[in-house]
Amino acid sequence: MTRPGARGNLWLGLAALALASMPLWAAPWHMQLASTAAIAAMFALSLQLLAGGAGLISLAHAGFFGLGAYSVYLLGGGRSIFLTLPAAALLAGLAAAATGYLALRTRGFYFLMTTLAFGQMLFFLFHDTPLGGGADGVFIARPDMIWTVPKAARPVVFLLLNLTILTAMYLFLWKLMGSLFGHALSGIRANEDRMRAMGHDVAGLKLTAFVLAGALAGVAGHMAAVTDAFVSPELLGWHHAAEALLMILLGGIGHLHGPILGAFALTAIREVGQSITERQRLVEGLAILAAVLLLRRGIAGLRR
Amino acid sequence: MTLEARGLSRRFGGLLAVADVSLRLRPGVPHAVIGPNGAGKSTLINLLGGAIRADSGAILLNGADVTAAPDWRRARAGIGRSFQRANLFPDLSVLENARLAAQASLPGWRLTALAKEESGTWDQAWAALDRTGLTGFAAHPAAAISHGQRRLLEIAAVLAALPSVLLFDEPLAGLGPEETAPVVALLRDLAATHALLLVEHDMDAVFAIAAEVTVMVDGGVLETGTPEAIRTSAAVRDAYLGHRA
Repeated sequence: MTRPGARGNLWLGLAALALASMPLWAAPWHMQLASTAAIAAMFALSLQLLAGGAGLISLAHAGFFGLGAYSVYLLGGGRSIFLTLPAAALLAGLAAAATGYLALRTRGFYFLMTTLAFGQMLFFLFHDTPLGGGADGVFIARPDMIWTVPKAARPVVFLLLNLTILTAMYLFLWKLMGSLFGHALSGIRANEDRMRAMGHDVAGLKLTAFVLAGALAGVAGHMAAVTDAFVSPELLGWHHAAEALLMILLGGIGHLHGPILGAFALTAIREVGQSITERQRLVEGLAILAAVLLLRRGIAGLRR
Repeated sequence: MTLEARGLSRRFGGLLAVADVSLRLRPGVPHAVIGPNGAGKSTLINLLGGAIRADSGAILLNGADVTAAPDWRRARAGIGRSFQRANLFPDLSVLENARLAAQASLPGWRLTALAKEESGTWDQAWAALDRTGLTGFAAHPAAAISHGQRRLLEIAAVLAALPSVLLFDEPLAGLGPEETAPVVALLRDLAATHALLLVEHDMDAVFAIAAEVTVMVDGGVLETGTPEAIRTSAAVRDAYLGHRA
């Protein structure tokens, strides 16, 4: 996985600014859509640390996203966002630590299936027990922000908040992939056995990446709960994890910023599909099929 | 630094791959292991490096028991090994291949050390490339250099981690005559300061490098001695060298 250089980051920054200027020219509905895309981008980006970074394909990732979202519900209304956000990251990170500790003993296909099992356990925990307020989901009270946000201002505030957190997450991962830790992950993705023979603590490195990615997914889930004021067990299901993988594939698994492009592209494809036909899933599927067949390296691979 | 094996055995199903092998490696006394294919030479290296565990016997690094330590801990403790198949990181540059090896030698594994930008380990990587004559190819992807150069990179990656014990598994395999000489010279150099075990089929190289030779047949030690003694041993000639002459 390569990181964008200074020019690439400049373009991404300009794109972020263009989105941040939406309150000046766009309708509230489009700002909400951009918020949804930004949250999806956070989620896919957190998974990219595993998929593109260390070569780990996990289906448990939605479980950590969902835990982050449900932590807002579990903490109860009226808490400060400065409590709920770290709590979401912590809870998701702890769940990722437990999952990763066991699942990372397996590799390849077995790892995929083990993460599927753990992810579904989390899903059924919220789907079939009273813990999360029921199988149909539940409306939640948003956490307290610094100022009370009037209803009309919500699309603007949440758009800017989500863009800020997405940017922070991207910069963190950009920095991380340039560190020795990031280099070690790239080595693991290329040749795990060799890394171990060289003296790298591969198990420790993979678990660290898994926990970090889980905590970041928790942050994304938290922002979804805050933005939508609604959580449901579907957030934890493996379909949701597969969707993030799809975004990574569409955007480019070989590029750190690929998932961001993929998330915005898929959200846009979905929206267009919905506006022209009721068979939007079909449009979505065909568009993805075409994109993956034509763009072998994803959208991010178009530039070279 | 010394590496000592005492009575190492390892069985794969019905096959006794390594049977009661003892040897001692120390700087200045390069040790070669020879024997026909299937004699258990690579299994012996795998046992010493920790890629597989011994069924019985003990491995001592400087007197400390490392028999139960996993391979990566042994690598950190100073045991460097090369592989028969040169399969490092094909997409990464030659320099990054060596640098990743050097990074493994960083003390401890703490996030603070790992969060550093890619620094510190460059010197070790460059020194290893310099020693193997690969500096001119530092920026090439490992997949794009020649087979001989990949063999050299294999050695460079071992050296970059600054090990004190070297386990080389057929480092000369597939090298042309003009490529062999510098590697033999390098191995002789390294043997002065490192405990060195060499598994090799090239007998000229073995006799040029080794001060001690162990002959393995069917997993067991047939004979151990000076190159002179091995060359003249009737048992060795019958079991192994004779087949080739």
